[in-house]
Amino acid sequence: MSQIPENVRYSKDHEWVSVEGDTATIGITDYAQSSLGDVVYIDFPRVGDKVAAHEAFGSVESVKAVSEIFTPIAGEVTEVNEGLNDTPESVNSDPYAEGWMVKIKMDNPGEADGLLSAVEYEEFLSANV
Amino acid sequence: MSIKKVTQHPSQNEGLIFERSQTGRVGYRLPRLDVDETPIDEIVPAELRRDDELEGVPEVSEVDVIRHFTRISTWNYSIDLGMYPLGSCTMKYNSRLNEKVARIGGFTGLHPLAPEEESQGALELMYRLQEDLADITGLPGVSLQPAAGAQGEMTGVMLIRAFLDQRDGEASRDRRVMLIPDSAHGTNPASAALAGFTVKTVRSNSKGLTDMDHLRELCDQGGVAGLMLTNPNTVGIFETNIREICDVIHGAGGLVYMDGANMNALVGVARPGDMGVDVIHLNLHKTFSTPHGGGGPGCGPCCCTEELAEFLPVPRIEKAGDRYRLNYDLPNSIGRVKAFFGNFGMMIRALSYIYTHGADGLKEATETAVLNARYVANELKDTFHMPYESDCMHEAIFSHKHQTRKGVHTLDIAKRLIDYGFHPPTIYFPLVVEGAMLIEPTESVGRADLDAFVEAMKDIDREAQEDPQLVIDAPHSTRIGRLDEAAAARKPVLRWQPDMEATAKSAS
Repeated sequence: MSQIPENVRYSKDHEWVSVEGDTATIGITDYAQSSLGDVVYIDFPRVGDKVAAHEAFGSVESVKAVSEIFTPIAGEVTEVNEGLNDTPESVNSDPYAEGWMVKIKMDNPGEADGLLSAVEYEEFLSANV
Repeated sequence: MSIKKVTQHPSQNEGLIFERSQTGRVGYRLPRLDVDETPIDEIVPAELRRDDELEGVPEVSEVDVIRHFTRISTWNYSIDLGMYPLGSCTMKYNSRLNEKVARIGGFTGLHPLAPEEESQGALELMYRLQEDLADITGLPGVSLQPAAGAQGEMTGVMLIRAFLDQRDGEASRDRRVMLIPDSAHGTNPASAALAGFTVKTVRSNSKGLTDMDHLRELCDQGGVAGLMLTNPNTVGIFETNIREICDVIHGAGGLVYMDGANMNALVGVARPGDMGVDVIHLNLHKTFSTPHGGGGPGCGPCCCTEELAEFLPVPRIEKAGDRYRLNYDLPNSIGRVKAFFGNFGMMIRALSYIYTHGADGLKEATETAVLNARYVANELKDTFHMPYESDCMHEAIFSHKHQTRKGVHTLDIAKRLIDYGFHPPTIYFPLVVEGAMLIEPTESVGRADLDAFVEAMKDIDREAQEDPQLVIDAPHSTRIGRLDEAAAARKPVLRWQPDMEATAKSAS
C-alpha cells in the first residue's frame, strides 16, 4: 500500500504539494515513485522560471521510462533540490521529504486548497489504478 | 535433445582488452625505414601530443585482438541467431542479397562529390527508390536525406511549419500547437518541440484508439498546427477512424504527420496518402530490412503531398529525359538536413528488398507480419493479460497483470526469456500500458519459431506461478546475471581508467 501522508495535498498527476506561507514544495508521491521504478535522473526547471498550473516543468527518468512532472500550482521556481543530482534514489526511498523536487513561490497562495486531501487522493488511487 | 532452453557456449571468459595488455607487446612489424626520418616536432606540435607514453592503450598481439573480439562477438544476440521480437523496432531478417548488392564496386567506390554525369547509376537508384516509396505511401514528394526515424520526423514537422508560415504569414505564429497521442513514441514530442511547437496530448480510449471527442475538444481550443500520429498506433492497433481524424485536423487548419515506424503492417495493403495523411517518415532500417540496432546506420525518408514538396530538403533528385540531376535551386526548401544525400548504403539495400519482393511479395510480407503477431496474441491471450480487446496488427501487447500477484514483473519475464534463447520484447513501452510487453515477431519467423516462443512464454508464466523466485533472479544461463541497471544509470562508468582494476578490487 502506498504511503499517503495527511500533511500534504495531492494532484491527480501524482504530485504532492506542501505549503508554507506563499511557498509550495512539490515532489512526486509514493505511488508515483513505485510505478516509475528506480529513479536515475531528474531534469529540473531553472530557478526563476515561471510555471503555469498543470504544465510540465521537468521530467523524471527511471530505468523504465522518462515521465514529465507537472506542477499543480502556478508561480515562480525559487529552489530546486540539487542534492537529487547525486542521490536520485532519495525519490524512491523518501519521496515526501528528502525526495522533494522544487519550491515554487505561488502566484495565488490559495491555489493549493483546491488540490486533493490525503483521503481524496487515496480514493482517487483506488478508483483509477 | 531439448532445444527449449539455452546451454552454455564453451568459450573462455573474456575480460576487457585493456586487461589483456602486456607491456611491450605489439601486433605489427614495420619495414625498415628507407627514407630520412622527419622529426616529430615538424609534423605534430608538442602541445598536441600525449606525453604519458600512451598509458592505458592496450599493448596486444594480433591474435590477442582477434580472439578478444571473436569471443565477445559470440556472446552477442543478433537477428541472424534467432527471433528478435522487439515491438515497434521491426527486427526483420536482413537478407544476404541486400548485402551483396550494396557491395557492388560501382557503389562502394563512388565518392559523394563525384560529378553528376559520373554518378548516374547512384542517382537513378535513389530516384527509383523515391518513386517506389511514393507508390507505397501514396505521397509523391520524397526526400531520402534524413538519417533515421527521428530525423525523418523532424524533417516532417519542419515541412509542416514551413507550409503554415507560407500559407498564414504572420498569423502562423498563433498556430503552434502540435497534438500527439498519449501512446506516441517519445521522439514525436521531441521533434515537435525542436521545430518550435508546443505539444498537447490527445488521450486514447479504452479500445486503445484515439479519443475522438478529446481530439475535437483540443482542435476547438484553436492554434492547431497539426497532429503526429502513429498508425497502427504503438499498442499495435489500427486507427480505424484515421480518415475522420485527418478530416478533423484539416478542418481545424492543421496538417497530419504520420510516424511510419509501424509501416510493416501496411506496405502493399493500405497507403497513408489515401487516408488523408500529409507527411510521413519511413524507417528503411525497420520496414525495408536494412540493418539496425548497434549496426546501423538508419535511413528515415520523408514522403509528403504535392503541396508540401516544395519545402523538402535540397538537393532533390530529378529526372530530365533519361538523365538524373541534383536540384539545389528550390528557394522554399527547409534546406539540407544531412551531409551529402543521406545514408546511401541503406538506400541500396532497401531497393534490393523492394525488387526482391515485388508488389505482391511486399503485400505478402505485410500479411505474414500481421498473421504472426495475431498468432502470438491468440496463443498467449489466456496466459498473459491483454489490455485491449481490439485485434492487433503487426505487434501484440500484453501486461504483467497476471504475474504481479506473485511478485513477478515485466522486467523479470523479459530477463527469463533470455534463458530460453530469445531476445526479450520491448518492455515498459508504450507508457499507457502498465508493465507493457510489446511483441513484434515480424514476417521473418515461421510457425516452429513462433511456437517455441509461445511455449517459452507459457513456461515462464508457469514458473512465475509455481516458483516466482526463479523468474525474479533470471537470467541464469548468461555469463553475467541480472545487472543493476539503476546503479549503472545513476553512476555510469563510461570508460576504463588505468587504476580502475585496483579501485574495483579494493572496493570489493
